[in-house]
Amino acid sequence: MTVMPADELTCQEVVELVTSYLEERLASEDRRRFDEHLAICEFCTEYLRQMRLTIGALGALPEEPISSDALAELQKAFRSFKR
Amino acid sequence: MTENSGELDSADAGLVAALQRRDERVFTDVVTKYHGQLLRLALAHHPSRAIADEIVQETWLAVVQGVDRFEGRSSFKTWLFRILVNRARTRAEREGRMVPFSSLASEAEGDDDPAVSPDRFVPADHPEWSQWAGHWMVAPKSWGESPEQQLISRETRALIEAAISALPAGQRQVITLRDVEGWPSEHVCNVLEISETNQRVLLHRARSRVRAALERHFEG
Repeated sequence: MTVMPADELTCQEVVELVTSYLEERLASEDRRRFDEHLAICEFCTEYLRQMRLTIGALGALPEEPISSDALAELQKAFRSFKR
Repeated sequence: MTENSGELDSADAGLVAALQRRDERVFTDVVTKYHGQLLRLALAHHPSRAIADEIVQETWLAVVQGVDRFEGRSSFKTWLFRILVNRARTRAEREGRMVPFSSLASEAEGDDDPAVSPDRFVPADHPEWSQWAGHWMVAPKSWGESPEQQLISRETRALIEAAISALPAGQRQVITLRDVEGWPSEHVCNVLEISETNQRVLLHRARSRVRAALERHFEG
């Protein structure tokens, strides 16, 4: 097993920093520690991949179109506001 | 996005002018374009579908009634979504289950909501592995070579939607706008009136929980 440098982040710290990392809100020093951790930790690399997959899946949820009844009702309301 | 520039871009100005002269075709286009997004945000405030539908209808009626007074201090989209957020909050207040604004902030505080259960990491007092404290003990398993297809299957989508509805309100609102709708963070902070830091913490908790739900699903 690789010996961790003294300022190495733990995996438990890494999972809490993932969003700041992806949002590019980590201070440069923390970003360096995060990248160094990823380079030697396949589990956290997998965790980060899962977070990216999760974000991708969230962005792919289909949108529900408006029902024709609801649209007709709004168009009627719109017309009745005509000056 | 020109949220705070105080100037309306020309597309917005044209849209608002068309609504003000009661151009029904433009109104139909704008309703069709934003309805699904408004419904999602309404559901993020009120998980009841019937109530969410009402909030969206009320929002459009407020647009019809208010567009003559629209001053262009924000983009049309920001104005529209703020109307919806205000309606949703008023409604929650009336039903006595408010959700004061400050609770969005308090939801973002405290350390009692870890992204991953602490029992999956080596504890500091572990008899043999204490030098590995804080490292994975029960590591995440791979979701496979290319799980993208499975992630957009009907079954997985339903699971993601259920995971979102199970979130606390603030997390649900933020993840809906950021990740489902893909809004940039400034825009989300602007419409929900929360700080950038609160927004990030809420997003982090929400994403972590949805990932955990997917992990349970993948590991079956």
